[in-house]
Amino acid sequence: MNKIVQDPTKVIQVENLRKSYKDLIAVDDISFEVSRGEIFGLLGPNGAGKTTTVECLQGLRRYTSGKISVLGLDPAKNIGALRRRIGSQLQDSELPQRIKVWEALDLFASITPGENGWRKLMKDWDLESKANASFSSLSGGQKQRLFIALALVNHPEVVFLDEMTTGLDPVARHIAWDLIKEIRANGTTVILVTHFMDEAEELCDRLAIVNKGKLLALDSPLGLTSKYATNVKAAFSYDGNELPSLEDIPQVKKVTRNGRTVEVEGIGSFVSLMAAKLVSHGIVPNDLRTRQPSLEDVFLKLTGHRIEV
Amino acid sequence: MRTLGRLTLVEMKLFIREPITMFFTFALPLLFLFVMGGVFGKMTNGGAGDFHGLSAMAFYTPAYIALVLTSVGIVGLPGHLTGYRERGVLRRFRASSLSIWRIFGAQGLVSLVTAAIGGILILVAGVFVFHVSLPQNPLLVILAFLVSALSFTSLGLLLGAVLPTSRAAQGVGLVLFFVMLILGGAGPPPEAMTHLMRVVGDFTPMQHAVTLLQNAWLGLGWNWMEFGIMAGILIVSLTTATLVLRRNS
Repeated sequence: MNKIVQDPTKVIQVENLRKSYKDLIAVDDISFEVSRGEIFGLLGPNGAGKTTTVECLQGLRRYTSGKISVLGLDPAKNIGALRRRIGSQLQDSELPQRIKVWEALDLFASITPGENGWRKLMKDWDLESKANASFSSLSGGQKQRLFIALALVNHPEVVFLDEMTTGLDPVARHIAWDLIKEIRANGTTVILVTHFMDEAEELCDRLAIVNKGKLLALDSPLGLTSKYATNVKAAFSYDGNELPSLEDIPQVKKVTRNGRTVEVEGIGSFVSLMAAKLVSHGIVPNDLRTRQPSLEDVFLKLTGHRIEV
Repeated sequence: MRTLGRLTLVEMKLFIREPITMFFTFALPLLFLFVMGGVFGKMTNGGAGDFHGLSAMAFYTPAYIALVLTSVGIVGLPGHLTGYRERGVLRRFRASSLSIWRIFGAQGLVSLVTAAIGGILILVAGVFVFHVSLPQNPLLVILAFLVSALSFTSLGLLLGAVLPTSRAAQGVGLVLFFVMLILGGAGPPPEAMTHLMRVVGDFTPMQHAVTLLQNAWLGLGWNWMEFGIMAGILIVSLTTATLVLRRNS
């Protein structure tokens, strides 16, 4: 296996990564790079190969072929040195049932010499009141926050967060998002695995869309939507019979009428043009609403189906 | 070293928080010592050829120390490790540089500490309640104790590495514990057992730990064969357990 050509500005380089099991190809020829200080997302449904990919990056799984470099190290060879510099929040992993929250933080902090900042993490992630609670007594959200805190306890240069907001209530999710942005502001690179569109859209600088082991697209959330989901949707109510022919507007792609509701799909500035036309015909709907293209549409366009949660 | 220390401390606390293991390690061997002491305690020597011609309690005190070691290794540890495997704790630990060796090291230290406490309880009860003589050769007893404790710990780790679920591990651990309790040198005197019982007893690791400890205790010298068996169990179990966990990770 040739060594990867190192690029010092890249924290992670993945070339043609493949991971196959006996009768299943979990990761099928995936390549990407991540720059320092980025929040990089892997978005896709369950079983897409996201977790397998990041587990290979963290040296938790052997890969079949391809090249990986994380912080200039090969996880298959220098795993000891690498683990001290990365942080991990894993899916489907737990802690001993009767370990207390503070004991877990103290234990994981002990891996980094001189590290004693875990009390601040306990506060940041709202675990102070649970310091003496045993792991098994925590709620799903509390466990999740503890895992994120543990992933950060060694001040990692790269942190891997795999479905970090699973089990968090909406308020806790938004707090988690703010804290992740803060972590990045402090210079940590974040690899985020998620199946939540809103989370990917809110946090990620760049995003890889993964489905059935393949990387389908890679760009910023805005870049993805402007490339793959150009259609803006507009809808309004109309009681009359005769609708001016909105199809005549060049930017309009599709008009559908469903009872009182008229739905129009188009690109670019069609909403303004359509509104002008309606007004000129004396139609002034008071509920005209538009929906910008979202990652949901990107995913639908790329895979032909909606993401299944 | 700092991490191993912390992990050992955490594992020690987890051990203390598990009432069943605590009972099997500290209370049950002591209970049996008093029961056997009540039954055989008045017999000063084997008039009927029992206990290899020794006083009953001189025979049983080292045997119940070996029972403490069996309990430390076999009752709680396999289920503990299997639970770590099942629930992804090993993976989580490994992702943060808490390697299998550190986990094994911490378990070994916890075993030594708990076994020492349990063993001293038996020793104190044997000496003060049943007037058993102190070991003829304390250094050899300590050596036999250390080897046997680590050997049973390794056996427990092996069971924890290969058994499929923590339920299975707890079940197998308890069955093995009771078989060893009855046939492994802490139950009826060997002279009172049938041939078959003795044969089965000889297959239990505990029987060999009992003989190794008794020989050192009673000044019969260092039993190299029994030492070899304990060391063999230690090396084979530890190697196999490590290989199995490495392969499955």
